[in-house]
Amino acid sequence: MVEAIERDDFTMIKFILSRIIQSAVVVFIILTLTFVMVRLAPGGPFSSERKMQPYILERINAYYGLDDPVILQYFNYVGGVLRGNLGPSFTETRTVNQILESTIPVSFELGTWALLIALGIGLPIGILAAVKRNSALDYGPMSVAMLGICFPTFVMGPVLAMIFGVWLGWFNVAGWFVASDRVLPACTLGLVYAAYIARIARGGMLEVLNQDFIRTAAAKGVSSWGIIFKHSLRGGLLPVVSFLGPALAGLISGSFVVETVFNLPGMGREFVTSAFDRDYFLVQGTVIVYAALITAANLGVDIAQVVLNPKLGFED
Amino acid sequence: MLNRLFQIVKQLSALVGLVFWMGCSETGLPDADEGVKQQILLLGNGSEPQGLDLHLVGGVPENRIISALFEGLIAYHPTSDELPEPGVAERWETNADASTWRFFLREDARWSNGDPVLASDFLYAYERILTAELGAQYANMLYVMKGAEAFHTGKTNDFEEVGVKALDARTLEIQLIGSMPHFINMLKHYSWFPLHRPTIERFGGLLDRSGAWTQVGNMVGNGAFRLNVWKPDQYIKVVKSETYWDRKEVRLNGIIFFPIPDSSTEKRMFESGRLHLAYEVPQNDIEYMRKEHPEWLHIDPLLGVYYYGFNTQRKPLDDRRVRHALAMAIDRETLVEKVSLGGQIPATSFVPAMFDRYPSVDYVTYDPVRARALLAAAGFPNGEGFPVLKLLFNTSNGHRKIAEAIVEMWHRELNVSITLLNKEWRVFLSDLEHLDFDIARKGWVGDYANPMTFLDLYTSGNGNNETGWSNQDYDQLIDEAMRAGNSDAQIERLSEAEGVLMAEMPVAPIYWYTRAYLLDERVEGWHPTILDNHPYKYIYLKADGRSH
Repeated sequence: MVEAIERDDFTMIKFILSRIIQSAVVVFIILTLTFVMVRLAPGGPFSSERKMQPYILERINAYYGLDDPVILQYFNYVGGVLRGNLGPSFTETRTVNQILESTIPVSFELGTWALLIALGIGLPIGILAAVKRNSALDYGPMSVAMLGICFPTFVMGPVLAMIFGVWLGWFNVAGWFVASDRVLPACTLGLVYAAYIARIARGGMLEVLNQDFIRTAAAKGVSSWGIIFKHSLRGGLLPVVSFLGPALAGLISGSFVVETVFNLPGMGREFVTSAFDRDYFLVQGTVIVYAALITAANLGVDIAQVVLNPKLGFED
Repeated sequence: MLNRLFQIVKQLSALVGLVFWMGCSETGLPDADEGVKQQILLLGNGSEPQGLDLHLVGGVPENRIISALFEGLIAYHPTSDELPEPGVAERWETNADASTWRFFLREDARWSNGDPVLASDFLYAYERILTAELGAQYANMLYVMKGAEAFHTGKTNDFEEVGVKALDARTLEIQLIGSMPHFINMLKHYSWFPLHRPTIERFGGLLDRSGAWTQVGNMVGNGAFRLNVWKPDQYIKVVKSETYWDRKEVRLNGIIFFPIPDSSTEKRMFESGRLHLAYEVPQNDIEYMRKEHPEWLHIDPLLGVYYYGFNTQRKPLDDRRVRHALAMAIDRETLVEKVSLGGQIPATSFVPAMFDRYPSVDYVTYDPVRARALLAAAGFPNGEGFPVLKLLFNTSNGHRKIAEAIVEMWHRELNVSITLLNKEWRVFLSDLEHLDFDIARKGWVGDYANPMTFLDLYTSGNGNNETGWSNQDYDQLIDEAMRAGNSDAQIERLSEAEGVLMAEMPVAPIYWYTRAYLLDERVEGWHPTILDNHPYKYIYLKADGRSH
């Protein structure tokens, strides 16, 4: 095994490139699976309680190319995707590209705020709980964190909206019009993640704080702040970083629940409703975006882990 | 390396800051109080519309927007959906048996770009909706017009053969397949509205499905309002039209439609003073609203029926007595009071008793004794030997509660066991279509104010029948009703047909719909109507009402 300390930028670039290629293959496979699965689902995109005459249905299918052989549809679709055209939506006047262009920024912004809230609250609580373990500063905040995990967004969201929107009138209860409209949804989404992060950070920190080199540092007279910031954080927060990969993808691709509760024009809602609507191209488009995000986030996490932990290298 | 990471984080936070700042620069929308001052009506409107091309959409949210932007020959009447109100047509006349209609268009009817609304605009619209390649889902609404079906199904390519003519620039003549006194009410549906030809031609032409012509800046309509802002998933704003013929009557300066799919969110928006109307009250909040805010809560009858359909091709549901027994064992009063909670009306017939002139007959009643006798006569005394059937419904809490209650009633009264089966909406629809069920939840809301809108569903081969039931007498009566010389004869035939339907009982009516919604007390000119149409032209906001 090559000593990790001797790693250079070249191996890193090689590593990133190979991972990007792997990711592209993964995304392509997911795209294909989605294409097949959404068409296997019973009921078509134009079925409704009010039956359409068969010949009207035929015309509509023909317009969207759904009467072509499936294999031809597939190649047409992949060709479109490679040219950056994700196709039309059956449920809206906008194309899938237009829908994603307008919804991704909303979900991205919301997710970023939520992440900042999650880290800003979760990390200090988790670290403090680990350092002051088995004290009131551990049990108190960690019980709250446990509550936060048990309190799902579909409860938290309406509760926050009732208190701060309807009763106190500080914020709008729904919508995405003014800057303050970010506060309630970002808190709803952020608090749940904060709870997870606090728990994971506490666990990671505890493990590091119990190790010999920490005791040695303490014996040598390093201050407790020095021990926490200089010696423990890097190792202690590794589990948090691994958690952040998928969490990040989840956060910025939008939350169906939060977007529904606060009526936000984000991608999370499209993700779920498009599947119910059998809006084939929109389902495929959102899945591609989500798959790309999650692979990119995981790659970012892998790089961050190497940076934080010198024992790991970019060689597999 | 660590430094580089910090750099990235720094850049990222700068980006977030920029996005946030961009968010700040956007202006807010009026709240309910501000809306009253500006005469801007704020409406919760279900989901984001599929589009605004009136030939390519079919939902209720779309209808609410389109009825502000366009106007047909006949308009909605402010207090009754059974009465006609002059729209683009100033007056109309018909021949003796109501099979040929003449409409005289008003001189001052204008498109939003100033062009006059002419008979040719109606011809163009009818030609477009009946062109099969377009794939308009409501095209069959026009089949009552002579030759329309033949043109739509390709039996002729000559639109001249369709029974609609412009006698001159402002006189439109429509010939029907038979005499049809209720035709006038059908004209209120947007499938009969005119279109502005130059606009359609400019943005893609007759067959274009992209909706380019409906975008802000492109759309030309003839309604009391014109399209001003369309932010998908956020809101649609329409403002008072300066060219509308009856603009002096219009008191609102604008309407904002908010697509809010979640009714709890909508209720909170209403409570916090962001809406004048919440389209739907969550079932669990109706009691709370009744106690705390009776001034907001409205429950109006809606022309629709909630019912269970039987698969008449499966044993033992192929036996009429079994179907009757099941229908009779449902205690509808209890169901409505204790389970569905929305003030629904227990159904006694398939056609809701909401029409002024249609006779209401109590075909279905709660009669467990007779139900048991019928079941015994069918070979299942005390439910013995009755197979375990499945009750299919689409996944939803409301449907589940009702299904659980009814299954329990069947078990208690008839000693039969029926299990619940819920499926996701599209799977459910697919099962219905393929008659792959025993008993299924169904519902129907009328398209127009005539019992025909319910009764023609159960003719043989109708795509919405979905029970496998077919009856020649019934088909014959419906056909006679279609061609009845006057409205009395039509009503008589329809009533007879319903008698046949209820004697056969392929469907068990459960309750007639109501619509529960929240309305700001300052909204004036809003009247309950059975099809839930509320023409905006008569609505205004009164400043001295109490705010919330």
